[in-house]
Amino acid sequence: MMLAALNLPYWAQTLFRVGAVLVVIPVGALVLVYFYLFKMVSYLQSRLGPMEAGPYGSLQPIAEFVKFIQKEDIFPTAVDRFVFGAAPFVILMSTFLVYVVIPAGPTAVIENLDTGIFFALAVSSLSVIGVLMAGWASANKYSLMGGLRAAGQLIAYELPLFLAVVGVVMQAGSLSLQRIVYAQATFKVFGYNSHGLPFVIPQVVGFGLFVISAQAELTQTPFDMPVAESELVAGYMTEYSGVRFLLFFMAEFATAFALAGIGATLFLGGWYFPGVFHIHPSWVRDVLGGGVLFAKLMVLAFVIFWVRFTFPRLREDQLQAFAWKILIPVALLNITVTGVLKVAFHG
Amino acid sequence: MSSEAEAPGGVEAAPVDQPSQALVDRLRGALGDGMLAHEVTGGDVWVRVAPERWYDAVGTAKAQLGLTYFCFLSAIDWMQVDLTATKLWDPDAEPSEPPGDGPGHWRTGIAGGDTRFQVMCRLYDVEGHLGLTLKADCGDENPRLASVVGLFRGADWHEREAWEMYGIEFEGHPGLRHLYLPTEFEGHPLRKDFPLLAREVKPWPGLVNVEGLPGEPDAGAEDGAVSEDADA
Amino acid sequence: MSITEHAKAAYVAGQSADARINFEIEAEGMTLNMGPQHPATHGTLRILVRLDGEQVIWAEPICGYMHRGYEKLCEVRDYAQVTTLVNRIDWLGSFANEVPFVLAAERLMGIEAPPRAQWIRTLLFEMARIANVSLFLGEMGAQLGALTPVFYAFRDREYVLNMIEAVTGGRFHPNFDRIGGLKDDLPKGWIEETKGAMARLREFCDEMETLLADNRIFQERCRGVGVIPREVGLEYGVSGANIRASGVDWDLRRDSDVGLAYKHLDWRVWTHPDGDSFARYWVRLQETREAIGMVEQLVDGLPSGPIRAKTPARIRVPAGEVWVQTENPLGEMGYYVVSDGSPGGPFRCKIRTPSFSNVSIVPWLLQGTYVPDVITILASLYFILGDIDR
Repeated sequence: MMLAALNLPYWAQTLFRVGAVLVVIPVGALVLVYFYLFKMVSYLQSRLGPMEAGPYGSLQPIAEFVKFIQKEDIFPTAVDRFVFGAAPFVILMSTFLVYVVIPAGPTAVIENLDTGIFFALAVSSLSVIGVLMAGWASANKYSLMGGLRAAGQLIAYELPLFLAVVGVVMQAGSLSLQRIVYAQATFKVFGYNSHGLPFVIPQVVGFGLFVISAQAELTQTPFDMPVAESELVAGYMTEYSGVRFLLFFMAEFATAFALAGIGATLFLGGWYFPGVFHIHPSWVRDVLGGGVLFAKLMVLAFVIFWVRFTFPRLREDQLQAFAWKILIPVALLNITVTGVLKVAFHG
Repeated sequence: MSSEAEAPGGVEAAPVDQPSQALVDRLRGALGDGMLAHEVTGGDVWVRVAPERWYDAVGTAKAQLGLTYFCFLSAIDWMQVDLTATKLWDPDAEPSEPPGDGPGHWRTGIAGGDTRFQVMCRLYDVEGHLGLTLKADCGDENPRLASVVGLFRGADWHEREAWEMYGIEFEGHPGLRHLYLPTEFEGHPLRKDFPLLAREVKPWPGLVNVEGLPGEPDAGAEDGAVSEDADA
Repeated sequence: MSITEHAKAAYVAGQSADARINFEIEAEGMTLNMGPQHPATHGTLRILVRLDGEQVIWAEPICGYMHRGYEKLCEVRDYAQVTTLVNRIDWLGSFANEVPFVLAAERLMGIEAPPRAQWIRTLLFEMARIANVSLFLGEMGAQLGALTPVFYAFRDREYVLNMIEAVTGGRFHPNFDRIGGLKDDLPKGWIEETKGAMARLREFCDEMETLLADNRIFQERCRGVGVIPREVGLEYGVSGANIRASGVDWDLRRDSDVGLAYKHLDWRVWTHPDGDSFARYWVRLQETREAIGMVEQLVDGLPSGPIRAKTPARIRVPAGEVWVQTENPLGEMGYYVVSDGSPGGPFRCKIRTPSFSNVSIVPWLLQGTYVPDVITILASLYFILGDIDR
């Protein structure tokens, strides 16, 4: 860890790591919100988007942030106060934990767990609890329906997500995200030791499954039944206002940032770019690697948001049928084919 | 389709085309003397039936004459009122004589009528392109008529509106209640004796002099009618 | 006395007239109250829905939040003043509301508008249809979750509204029809610009077809949802594109001659056998293209002549009773006008609006559907609140 060079005591290192994630979450969310939610969707819809706050409206997300935190924190009378208040924090906590394993450079990772991707996907499932807590505690029929729909959808689409990742894990031979990046960097194409190959090419089916499942995990259109704006107002978030609503919102975009980061790491090569190992000061490697990872995840996030603003939404039963009857069989087939080819070409 | 200028009175002023005449004949065959008067004008067949035969008439039209499209059902209050008089908050003011001296038949429209309230229902044949307007008198004080919801489900809302606006009881309707107005509303607004408050306070603006088009003499000096460009 | 279902609903409706309150009636199922302020209903319409899980077992729309009392108001206005009121019934295609009323008054007076006026009336009528239905094409996508096409609809509709404004002076409420003809003739250069606007709208229709009608998810959401069988639709008085999507080949522009110029044009009536929400969308898409074609034919074939018949300075309509109907963008609109011969307004003016009948089928149509399908069905029926409530 590059911090080891600074010889900081362990508690300071921990504090630094926690602080780094706490900074990345809102910054990542704000970047996505500005570029994609404000600007990209506006250009798609032939309008300009926010232009007033800062050059080309770049400070608008900060304005939105401030607007939310200065609002009144409303607790409707009939809600279950503790559960209602805790729900956004549960979701944010699961997002926080996902950032722990994403590597931004050869040595820039909060904690290089051996069970990296397994850990990341497992903790991202914890957000379902937060959604159910929000839906139930709101004492509002719309929220309850939204929460139940969300829970069903999130659980259904975790399976194709996992199974898509299994293909990559088999290809790389490890669950650790750093080793997956190294595997892509050193991938031998038909025995030739070239610049490596991102897994999007051998695992193209898995990549498609991952992007679709990520779209559903983020409850984005076409899978946004839980927050169907024209039907349930705001679904499980209806009764929230002020800071808590901001936390939901930020959690959604921070999760999008994290899932795009994981997708970029698994399929697009992560922080690796040809020539990274020839750059000498190790901190420069980390910074450049972080920048490359950022660029790759923005490309993936672009696709996710582009789809979000183009398609209509699927109905709940169609959504479930799509996951169980189409995505999971395809994912299982993908695993089978990967396994067979891996054994056949091993060595 | 015969589309002649309106002739006064219930007299057919032009030869009736064959499908309309066939419709009239078949309806008369089914209703006998329940069919009180008829007229074919403006491309439509207008028939007034006796109130007791209202349900039968609509049923015959639907089942045997192919008029399966339910256009609308509404009512009309033929009582004459003088809207040009100013009645500024004087509830005891006598209503003045009805304006103009129109021919006696205007009071009850095409195919005549006997009572103050009349219900009309228009049905249409989408294949033969033939329209039939049935009318029935329903009474002066407490108007009642049979409901045709059993024949045309769409009549539900139209009858509710007619009840709410005119106070006509439709016997057999599953639940006559307000459609447009709040539940606590009292009165039946479209009746001629239900005052429109805006006109109680301010007289009908048609009495105001309006200047004519450039080059035309002002319409003003006469009995206060409007010129053709009244965009007021 | 036993309490009927309707009595219960009336009690409840009376209790919560304004608020978006959720409540339980002690019967099976959960009662959901959609509206009157709700993103899905186009205006202040309230729909009481009783659910069993996600399925609707009973539904009732409650209208009247926008009731303005048009029929009473028409009785106290002069014939020339009524067009101002009547513009505001269907406010998206507002010229179309004036036309049947003016035709009714002309018929009572025995006046016929000159051919040029009739052609331009038809022209503006079809442009009102395009303005109205093009919004529907984008907005149905918005109800289903596709947020982008509605912006294209608003943007491209502006071309038509600009053309209408250039002629009449008003984008939304033209108030241009007069008894005997129209208020003014077309401005110079208008025909060329209209052709350009129509070309742009053709592209818009193609875009909507690609984005929505051909979209797999849109079809999944709409096909088989909210099927209106032909007989039931006719019983309820469903008209316009809704009933043509159930296979009924009936279009008042072709089948009833009220004096407009349709018989001189080359066009066809579109029907679809399915009767589901997708059919209604598809029929309206084709009708928009057809209307664009009609506008192009109309601007090419306009006869010359006066724009207004000689009418007396005082509009005094002789006694009589008349019914005139036209094929409005939303369906069949008709005016039943009774005149008593006095120098005043109509004695009785019954306005038969298409959305009133189209929405009366909603209780029957929503039984057994899912909550998301409720939105799809309401979106595909395409009603406008001013049309329901008058």
